[in-house]
Amino acid sequence: MSTPLEAEQTQVEPIGAELGAEDKPWQAIVWNDPVNLMSYVTYVFQKLFGYSRDHATKLMLDVHHKGKAVVSWGTKEKVEGDVAKLHAAGLWATMQQAP
Amino acid sequence: MKDWKRKGDHVVSEFAQQEAAVLRGLLRHIDDVLRARVDETPQDELAELTGMRSGPTTAPDDPVLSRLLPDFHRIDPDQPSEEDLESAAALRSLHEPELIDAKLGVASVVLETLPSEGGEVTLDLEQADAWLAAINDVRLALGTVLDVNEETPEELPEDDPQASHLGVYHWLTYVQESLIQAVSA
Repeated sequence: MSTPLEAEQTQVEPIGAELGAEDKPWQAIVWNDPVNLMSYVTYVFQKLFGYSRDHATKLMLDVHHKGKAVVSWGTKEKVEGDVAKLHAAGLWATMQQAP
Repeated sequence: MKDWKRKGDHVVSEFAQQEAAVLRGLLRHIDDVLRARVDETPQDELAELTGMRSGPTTAPDDPVLSRLLPDFHRIDPDQPSEEDLESAAALRSLHEPELIDAKLGVASVVLETLPSEGGEVTLDLEQADAWLAAINDVRLALGTVLDVNEETPEELPEDDPQASHLGVYHWLTYVQESLIQAVSA
């Protein structure tokens, strides 16, 4: 699962340096793990982000099938708060600047 | 234990004495592990003066704690970027105290609402959310110890030393799943 991230990072950094890395939006990413229930992950996405059941289910299925999904975007502060909430719910979440 | 049932703004279930004892014991254990983590990080005078607590900058070595208190960045173990490492350390220090508080908080809701002798449990929806998070923490802890993965069987042979623990894990999966169905009903 580390391969896609590695590839993104090597592409991101030089471009970021030219465009002003601080301006690029941040993303909260949720990673697949074998313990969290599909129904619970969907429920948490609805609850924390106010997503519809359909949208939350789609994101959950992305996490399940693709290994990860971007679940929210925004300023560093906003995404930091989102990741903190996801951690409190027990989801495996990290943040990164959009590629 | 009975399925959780929705009754208006509440959800209701019933626990046997032994089930209550198992769940309460697991929650207390996680409580202890989290508090030990807090005690490892002595607060300086400035923190006590300002009330601005700071947590440790490094991830826990213990795999259970490390799963309960994840990093804010995905760190590539082979080629960690200096920037990510520094940022992850700063974010952990800033957020870990409140994350531990949240986990202790949801565990205490379960301990307050689940009688140690078992019996009926009635929760409002806010308490139900706390239960979901607390049970999830217990499942994460057990799942880490049991090394649960997609191939983990429903049951282990009776003589396997982990058989009863896996049984508890699957029981908590059912408790959580049933509670999600009830709050979503």
